[in-house]
Amino acid sequence: MDHLSAFYGTKRAVEDLSLRIPNAGVTAIIGPSGCGKSTFIRCLNRMHETAPKARVEGSVRLDGEDIYALEPTMVRRRIGMVFQRPNPFATMSIYDNVSAALRFNSRARRAELDAAVLRSLQQAALWDEVKDTLDAAATSLSGGQQQRLCIARAIAANPEVILMDEPCSALDPISTAKIEDLIFALKKEYTVVIVTHNMQQAARVSDFTAFMYLGKLVEFGPTQSIFEQPKEKLTESYITGRFG
Amino acid sequence: MNYLMSAFTGLTIVVILIPLGSILYTAIVNGGAAVISPGFFTESPGLPCSSSSGQTCHLGGVAPAISGTLVLISLAALIAVPIGVSAAIYVVEFGRNRPLGRFISSVADVLSGVPSIVAGAFVYALFYAYAPAIAFSALSGALALSVLMIPVVARTSEEALRTVPNAMREAAVALGIAKWKSTLRIVLVTALPGVVTGVLLSVARAAGEAAPLLLTAFGNPHGFQGLNLPVEAMPLQIFVFATSPFANWKELAWGMALVLILLVLGMSVVSRLVIQRLAARLQGG
Repeated sequence: MDHLSAFYGTKRAVEDLSLRIPNAGVTAIIGPSGCGKSTFIRCLNRMHETAPKARVEGSVRLDGEDIYALEPTMVRRRIGMVFQRPNPFATMSIYDNVSAALRFNSRARRAELDAAVLRSLQQAALWDEVKDTLDAAATSLSGGQQQRLCIARAIAANPEVILMDEPCSALDPISTAKIEDLIFALKKEYTVVIVTHNMQQAARVSDFTAFMYLGKLVEFGPTQSIFEQPKEKLTESYITGRFG
Repeated sequence: MNYLMSAFTGLTIVVILIPLGSILYTAIVNGGAAVISPGFFTESPGLPCSSSSGQTCHLGGVAPAISGTLVLISLAALIAVPIGVSAAIYVVEFGRNRPLGRFISSVADVLSGVPSIVAGAFVYALFYAYAPAIAFSALSGALALSVLMIPVVARTSEEALRTVPNAMREAAVALGIAKWKSTLRIVLVTALPGVVTGVLLSVARAAGEAAPLLLTAFGNPHGFQGLNLPVEAMPLQIFVFATSPFANWKELAWGMALVLILLVLGMSVVSRLVIQRLAARLQGG
């Protein structure tokens, strides 16, 4: 993205951010609460503009194409998102949830849907737990399982990029660990951008890290160097816990 | 003090139950015999006769009124439900917090306060001006009832749609699903219990309205004969029969009153069950 700024009405939440996110692998966005990380990530799949009085300046490009010049629904099919709180479609079964994107957006037939559901649930490390109860209501799963379901649902849409906005913050430590493992596995096939307020998580899971503060990008680089040899004083203060 | 409070609230419950109980009791006592008599649901009303004249009174039935009521509420629902649900969808999904959305919501509130006779007079005047030949018809009756049903459907559907969590809409948006598709096939489906309740309640209300039908459906001894002809309805016939001096007609009127009460009670119970069962699915388990 180039000189990206995002506003809610007159309030500028993200200021003049320019960043290149590497193609494969996991990029983590860290920073204290309110620094604009969620707003930033929501600009990447054009979700920010769905908020009232929201506005974006600057450009965001995927493989060279400015996503703000494309159809929003098309952008969102290529850039998927997983939210902080699991939000499965409550009236649908596990199978219907995972296959939702394909069922609504394409004319895929049963065999294709079956294959996609199998693949996505396996990649989301949920297949073994639900393979016999695919028709059960999605809401019958536990919180951690529901979040993995949402990840499977996002994967089934065949995106190029997966955005995750604090995906583990509403979950218990065991579910968190399972999801971190799965993110590690996902990066072989997808570009993952994850927002997290948990620095240790960023250090464990990501290849690159961006540190944001008060709407601005302070530093960006390979995770190891950000955490071991940060260039900016501010980054170092945050990493060492002096604030945040 | 606590004891006084519970005693007082217990007393108020009894007070509330008294009118309901006494209406039900009176209806059963006076109309029960008529309802269970053979032919109540299949025959036309017997000829008017009073017990003093000594001739055997044939009770007959209220088939024309029942079929008329069914036709009217079905037609009215066919008109009111799409309009009401569409208005609710607009207000919540597309016009939320926008001036037009708020306006439509207020209009629905005002419309729900319109006296039923005024709704009838309005429809009658409309027909009288543009299509006087069918001013007294099943069509005009259904239109008058739909005027009363639309605000109920619109408001309950609006409430139901508002209870759908925004997270679910966001999930659909994030998958790149087109808004109209997600609104109809995800959000509306999730809100369905509330919408269905609204429809059932509005039907229960419409089934019991007599005033708007006085000026539109008008009544017809043969029941439903066509959209362009007058039609009978239970509330109308109750009005005519109950104020008549004929014993058999009065008995039929009580029978119809009992049927209407049971219909409304039945609708309330069914809608409560619908809400409970489908709401449980929404919450999980």
